[in-house]
Amino acid sequence: MSRPLALYAAGVYAFLHLPLVALGAFSFNSSRFTVWEGFSLEWYRALWRDPALAEAAWNSLHIALAATAVATVLGTLCAYGLWKRASGWFSATLYLSLVTPEIVMGISLLAFYQYLFRFLDVRLGMHTVILAHVVFCLAYVVLVVLARLRTLDPHLEEAAMDLGAGEFEAFRRVTLPLAMPGIGAAALLAFTISFDDYVITSLVAGVDSETLPMMIYAMARRGANPVVNAISSLIVFGLGALILVAERLRES
Amino acid sequence: MYNMDHPVLELRGVSRHYPGHRAVDDVSLQLERGVLFTLLGPSGCGKTTTLRLIGGFESPTGGEILLNGARIDARKPYHRNVSTVFQNYALFPHLSAGENIAFGLRRRGARDLERRLAAVVELVQLAGKESRRPAQLSGGERQRVALARSLVLEPDVLLLDEPLSALDPKLRRQVREELKSLQRRVGITFLLVTHDQEEALSLSDRIAVMNRGRLEQVGTPEEVYLKPRTRFVAGFLGAVNWIDDVGVRPEATRISAAPPGPEVRSVAATVESSVFLGHCLQVRARLADGAAVVSEISRLGGSFRDGEAVHLWWRPQDELRLPTETE
Amino acid sequence: MTRLRLLFLAPSAVLLAVLLAAPIAIVAVSSALTRGTYGGLGLPWTIENYARLLDPLYAWILLRSAALAGAATLLCLLVGFPMALFLTRAGRRRNLCLCLVMLPFWTSFLVRTYAWMFLLRDTGLVNTVLQSVGLIRDPLPLLYNDGAVVLGLVYGYLPFMILPIYAALERLDPSLAEASADLGARPWTTVTLVLAPLAWPGILAGCLLVFIPCLGAYLTPDLLGGGKSVMVGNLVQNQFTNARDWPFGSAVSVALLALVMLLLLTLLRRRAEELL
Repeated sequence: MSRPLALYAAGVYAFLHLPLVALGAFSFNSSRFTVWEGFSLEWYRALWRDPALAEAAWNSLHIALAATAVATVLGTLCAYGLWKRASGWFSATLYLSLVTPEIVMGISLLAFYQYLFRFLDVRLGMHTVILAHVVFCLAYVVLVVLARLRTLDPHLEEAAMDLGAGEFEAFRRVTLPLAMPGIGAAALLAFTISFDDYVITSLVAGVDSETLPMMIYAMARRGANPVVNAISSLIVFGLGALILVAERLRES
Repeated sequence: MYNMDHPVLELRGVSRHYPGHRAVDDVSLQLERGVLFTLLGPSGCGKTTTLRLIGGFESPTGGEILLNGARIDARKPYHRNVSTVFQNYALFPHLSAGENIAFGLRRRGARDLERRLAAVVELVQLAGKESRRPAQLSGGERQRVALARSLVLEPDVLLLDEPLSALDPKLRRQVREELKSLQRRVGITFLLVTHDQEEALSLSDRIAVMNRGRLEQVGTPEEVYLKPRTRFVAGFLGAVNWIDDVGVRPEATRISAAPPGPEVRSVAATVESSVFLGHCLQVRARLADGAAVVSEISRLGGSFRDGEAVHLWWRPQDELRLPTETE
Repeated sequence: MTRLRLLFLAPSAVLLAVLLAAPIAIVAVSSALTRGTYGGLGLPWTIENYARLLDPLYAWILLRSAALAGAATLLCLLVGFPMALFLTRAGRRRNLCLCLVMLPFWTSFLVRTYAWMFLLRDTGLVNTVLQSVGLIRDPLPLLYNDGAVVLGLVYGYLPFMILPIYAALERLDPSLAEASADLGARPWTTVTLVLAPLAWPGILAGCLLVFIPCLGAYLTPDLLGGGKSVMVGNLVQNQFTNARDWPFGSAVSVALLALVMLLLLTLLRRRAEELL
């Protein structure tokens, strides 16, 4: 390893991490300006006291948990199906959900919901958001679980059936337990993606379903606000911790 | 329960065709109860596919498979009373050895599970290791878990896919003998697949030699080695010298300086090289027409210098007269 | 075995059909309709919306988006390739190094974009630091321009360039580099003449994996570009909210999606990525 390369890498790491570190550091700044004036938890206290923020956080959590649960179950079953035998159509559709720009996915869902509301008596709300989240999380779950399944010995299920287990039992008793670390990692990933989503959520959310990213976006647009630093830091470090756990699971 | 009129396993004209490739082509076999039967052949000859057809992991495109006189070729693996020991054992990594072995019994809801488990563990000499995970066991121990797992279900036929190939070469001979004695003790019909002719010869009661999806010959080890029916079988079971359309195995040849008597066949040859292999002397010689011959003779028969003119001879009864392959 | 498999695939199939395929189909259909008086949809069928895409104003936005995405991709390649090289030589700490590269990406895209607002604003950290050291007197206009957008895109998608290149380099026979050195090539030459060409599939994959999302970017140009750096994503959003011209917005979306799908096909044809 040459010296210049190592130094270069250090520079890139700095580029990647310093903005977030700076954000985090200044969330503890007692002044609202970007001049360090002392340590303070003032902005975190402001977060605590803000009821709108609490509601938004709760909405985000609710949506993420629901979407993660559904996406993980559906995605795991889907990954299993694709592992057994690949399907060009299915893979193509999943790829589509991955490459479709978020804005296009958002407006298409909006158009779809508007069209639907001519026949069904529903409005935009939590459920519309949750369904949307399930759709864009699904492909990620399939990706992670499928990768995990591909590390398994394909003869294991055959052995189980050879010993008397039916297809579903072989899946339940042999494949599923062995795929668990991957499923766990996929769930954490889905949670992170869902929690952080702004674009699609902002388009299909109802009046009563404002999420944390939507609030942060509004605050960021309005201008310098140290409270945004605080909430941002919390999100980054919270989600970062989840991802670290997911990585551990994926590698086990 | 055992129908003595039928062979325990019978294949009638079984085929497995893929587009452009006949993996198994019109194979017919009969296995008697209690026999150790081997399917022998080079890689790609269809022996493993045949095993998988019997196990139920693939469906035949033609023919029938009968177990104790009843057709099983339409049944799923869990509805057939045969059990497979996979080449890499396919032990469930998240279960202990004991749990692996008990797996099939639990599917059946066997009532005397504990007793049967203990008996089979004793049989394969794994007592004390039941709580270990496969990753904590040696290669030989893992094989025994795989064997126990299948044997405890008392299948009509036990299918083994290259059982010795995953093992250390040094371990193989020992495990080979253990496998043979195990089969004798339990009396269950074993159907083994291998590409190693030494393994097949030493283990089997009967051997079926396969090539390109077809059966070339079925017989005892002596029959397939000493009386091969095709040149392929002759060449696969051991080395053969083809001298003027007549086949002679190296160990059936003798070399002498003086011409031999009229009761044997002989040809004139020039010694090219001799290699001392320990248990025999391997002599390479060239015939008048330029053909190369390999001879394996006892050291007690004397030694020969390179370039020496000698007579190579053999008994007529050791000859293999077989037609050349017609493609 | 097929019945179980179909049963397992069915729920996802339904979900994708109803909430992905159908919405996109609706958008495609909308793109051929006309804008209603109150901003809805109505007949007649028309190709007017697609014709408008060729209008210099909109064509310019499309080209700009491609240019900005291209610039971001190029920068990611220049910055990311040496980083991928570093990772192949990281030895025992490899997993840690990889993790440190990926970690920021998987936290929050929104926050990471906001972080650059925090840094680049007139009252942001960069300007404050430069002013306090005396290098400048008035704040530099670092935010709300194309440069900030490209920076934000690079920051957001750099890991997508690094990982495929790393994977490709990783798979190369290590003795190739050794042979190159043995034959007299300096490290730089080995990299450019031996490693880079052999890692080409990874490089292509990385470029496409960065270019595709950058093309359809919305949040980054919105927050870091202000109203001044309009990319296709912003155009679409605008048509569906303020301008209320759903047919035209649909046409732009269809065009963007078609382009993105074309690029994806290139990626998959070259077998650069086989994830699903």
